[in-house]
Amino acid sequence: MININQWEAVIGLEIHVQLSTNSKLFSGASTNFGAPPNTQACNIDLAMPGVLPVLNEEVLKMAIKLGIALNANINSPTSFARKNYFYPDSPKGYQISQMDKPIVENGHLDIELEDGSIKRIGVTRAHLEEDAGKSLHEDFEGQSGIDLNRAGTPLIEIVSEPEISSPEEAVAYLKSIHSIIRYLNISDGNMAEGSMRCDANVSVRKVGETELGTRTETKNVNSFRFVEKAIHYEINRQINEIESGNTIAQETRLYDSQKNTTRPMRSKEFANDYRYFPEPDLLPVILEEEFINSVKETMPELPNEKKIRFMEFYKLSKYDSSLLAADKDLADFFEEVTKESNSPKLSANWIMGEFLAELNKENLNIIESKVSAKQLGVLISRIEDSTISGKIAKEVFEKMWTSSKDTDDIISEQGLQQVTDLSAIERMVEEVIKKNPDQLKKYLSGKDRLFGFFVGQVMKESKGKANPAQVNQILKDKLKK
Amino acid sequence: MSLSDKELKEIAYLARINIDENSFPALKGQLDQILGLFEKLNSANTDDIEAMSHPLNLSQPTRKDEVTEINQREKMQESAPLVQSGLFLVPKVIEGEN
Repeated sequence: MININQWEAVIGLEIHVQLSTNSKLFSGASTNFGAPPNTQACNIDLAMPGVLPVLNEEVLKMAIKLGIALNANINSPTSFARKNYFYPDSPKGYQISQMDKPIVENGHLDIELEDGSIKRIGVTRAHLEEDAGKSLHEDFEGQSGIDLNRAGTPLIEIVSEPEISSPEEAVAYLKSIHSIIRYLNISDGNMAEGSMRCDANVSVRKVGETELGTRTETKNVNSFRFVEKAIHYEINRQINEIESGNTIAQETRLYDSQKNTTRPMRSKEFANDYRYFPEPDLLPVILEEEFINSVKETMPELPNEKKIRFMEFYKLSKYDSSLLAADKDLADFFEEVTKESNSPKLSANWIMGEFLAELNKENLNIIESKVSAKQLGVLISRIEDSTISGKIAKEVFEKMWTSSKDTDDIISEQGLQQVTDLSAIERMVEEVIKKNPDQLKKYLSGKDRLFGFFVGQVMKESKGKANPAQVNQILKDKLKK
Repeated sequence: MSLSDKELKEIAYLARINIDENSFPALKGQLDQILGLFEKLNSANTDDIEAMSHPLNLSQPTRKDEVTEINQREKMQESAPLVQSGLFLVPKVIEGEN
């Protein structure tokens, strides 16, 4: 029997983020996703003889923004290096990357753990490099098809320190990076389309050991859930291997999401030897302080800052603030709604409840929502000013979603205004009491729980439109007599 | 310093060059001469010299993030031995499978 508590995991993540530029890192070819094969691969991307790379300025700005958000040093000069390997989706026979002087170095990121505590994860470096093309292995009778549209698309690879201790922490770190790149607007971070890809370095050791165990690298895990599962699997596999007297091989593994396992990639005759050397076709890049400062000025409010502002300004809980601030579109939507509703807490509840449920049901993102922030804000203000009850508001919301009509129009067309006229409610209460003599008797003889029954009957009588607080009060008065 | 046969084979593999074993002695002699030059460089005292990654003391010029290239697929694929549905065809390579 293995005692899992005797073991601890040491995890580092390498995250590749595709930068959302218009053109490639070193050429003027388009980076649009989904174009017909090889229609966005120019002579530089194809490594035609005599071509030279020319650096995209926007990429430098994006990397600097990321560096600032990760509290890191921006290196100047920063320089490029060749990483040499042969593969058909990389026509040059090398990838232009960075080795000794990455643009971003020595940063950190604070992540929030499940128990609410904060853990600081070191970011070793983030370097620029070009993406490879795509190899298609199906349908070509013994041949592989090569599409070089993606070749040369700018990537930034963010390398963490091995300071992550569990699959859950790894996901929290990854989500935090995801949130930051979306806020900075430097990538769409779409994991399914491959604009954000994650490799996990995992090793295990006995608690108390100071030396690191042998690590494996699990490649290209393409969703948050799979990252958690793949690391989980790998930790257990390594513990089992060691407990049964085997050793861990330092190797690259692939995650199989269907079987939920990892398996080794074909072991090579020789270990990878990339023979990095300085890229002779590119000069070192000097980043002037003025340039860095001009980028600094364009920095948006970041998720953590926004979370704190939401807690202080809107008096939302830490939980609500974290959830809303994690996604920039969601946070913006919340602020729009609140501007109209004047009720931050109720707005937060509605957005994270009904609103997100409806979006998820139709698999839409916030931008595609069928109810605008302003409409939702008006709806919430109608609950606040007692025009309608919370329950009726859900009906109105459904109708807003399907008809795109305005909140107030739906309320008046359907006659859904809450009944706050005291005499009308009184009449309904009297009616209900008269109709239910048996329950009345039982209630008066001490069955207090029947009070709820009477409330329910009155609400039913009013078709949900009576103000529940008033119904309660009037019932209490009438039933005493 | 002198290269072993094993090292020579590794270098040839990394460069994807097929070398006949008969030419090993001659190649080793030539490569040893080149390596000798690096040893000479290594013996120079560089304590007070800042490392540089390029002989020109300039900063890399940049370009604006604009799409300037048009689709020239047909032209680009004229010299390709095999093409299908817009893809370049190459001998099958699958990394990651046993």
